[in-house]
Amino acid sequence: MRRLAAVLGALALAGSAFAAEIPRAERRSGYDLMSPETRAMQDDDTANPGMLSVLEGAALWSRKAGAAGRSCADCHGDARASMKGVAARHPSLDAARGRPVSVEQRINACRVERQQAPALAYESRELLALSAYVARQSRGLPIEIATDARTQPFLDAGRALWERRQGQLNLACRNCHDDNWGRRLAGSVIPQAHPTGYPLYRLEWQTLGSLQRRLRNCLVGMRAEPYEYGDPALVDLELYLMWRAGGMLMDAPAVRP
Amino acid sequence: MAETLISVPPRARRGEIVEIKTLVSHAMETGYRRSQLGERIPRDIIRLFVCTYNGTEVFRAELHPAIAANPFITFSTVATESGTLAFHWTGDNGFSVRETAEIRVD
Repeated sequence: MRRLAAVLGALALAGSAFAAEIPRAERRSGYDLMSPETRAMQDDDTANPGMLSVLEGAALWSRKAGAAGRSCADCHGDARASMKGVAARHPSLDAARGRPVSVEQRINACRVERQQAPALAYESRELLALSAYVARQSRGLPIEIATDARTQPFLDAGRALWERRQGQLNLACRNCHDDNWGRRLAGSVIPQAHPTGYPLYRLEWQTLGSLQRRLRNCLVGMRAEPYEYGDPALVDLELYLMWRAGGMLMDAPAVRP
Repeated sequence: MAETLISVPPRARRGEIVEIKTLVSHAMETGYRRSQLGERIPRDIIRLFVCTYNGTEVFRAELHPAIAANPFITFSTVATESGTLAFHWTGDNGFSVRETAEIRVD
């Protein structure tokens, strides 16, 4: 308990100074910071439990659904070609909605509008499987978030959320992930929060989870009120995080401790 | 629907020790957890995993509530002859998944 108090004290101190962004050369993904055993688990496609969801997603990709009786493959063809790099570019601007949408929202928009099927629930097995299958097609590709005048307000909103102190512990995201990455919070290394591998398999969860689940977890840890799944604020934060990780390589579906 | 991932070397020399890796999707509910309403969540686990090599049992594991979700089991066997490795997972609520893999022994 005393150690936790010391860490929180250190965080509060560090947070009072001006927080600098992490230089490009010092950026590390969660993969770089985790143990060799967990890395081996991620790298071996027969040991990576996220690949089970990718298999399921591949089956769902070609299954017809909804009143339209169409499958994802009927429009998009072979995902290995058509979905290549897609997850590395999301959240991306949806012209009809006038705001950026996440991969999960894009899948659900397709389901509702094109397949005329009910939207899949956030963190449901099917939505995670489909998003894992889509994200898998971007493995090894650099994250590339296009920004222009239309997306800039949402990027700024995401950055503001990142920098805003909130919750009973009065912490901002950056107090841990910009200022104190590499140090330990309880027994765990504090990562830089680069979302390279979502949806990813957390050993703690014993299941695949989306970036929004991870963000909600962090908010609960800060004793702040977490946003609902799909909340625009979470998508803005996703957008900022992906932009901040620009150029880093995707490793979805990742395994994390 | 349960997905499986199996890694068996496609070719091996006679007498060689080969490593076999298996992964199966399963939530592995322990039966000790309770819902938010205090009701016990019923146990739902894989109880038994068996691997046979051309009909001969070469590996067997009994699983219990402490096993992680999506159990990953690796083991080794001696490559004796070309043929089929058959994998069978059985568990609560009628869970039964079979998978096979071919191995060629020179």
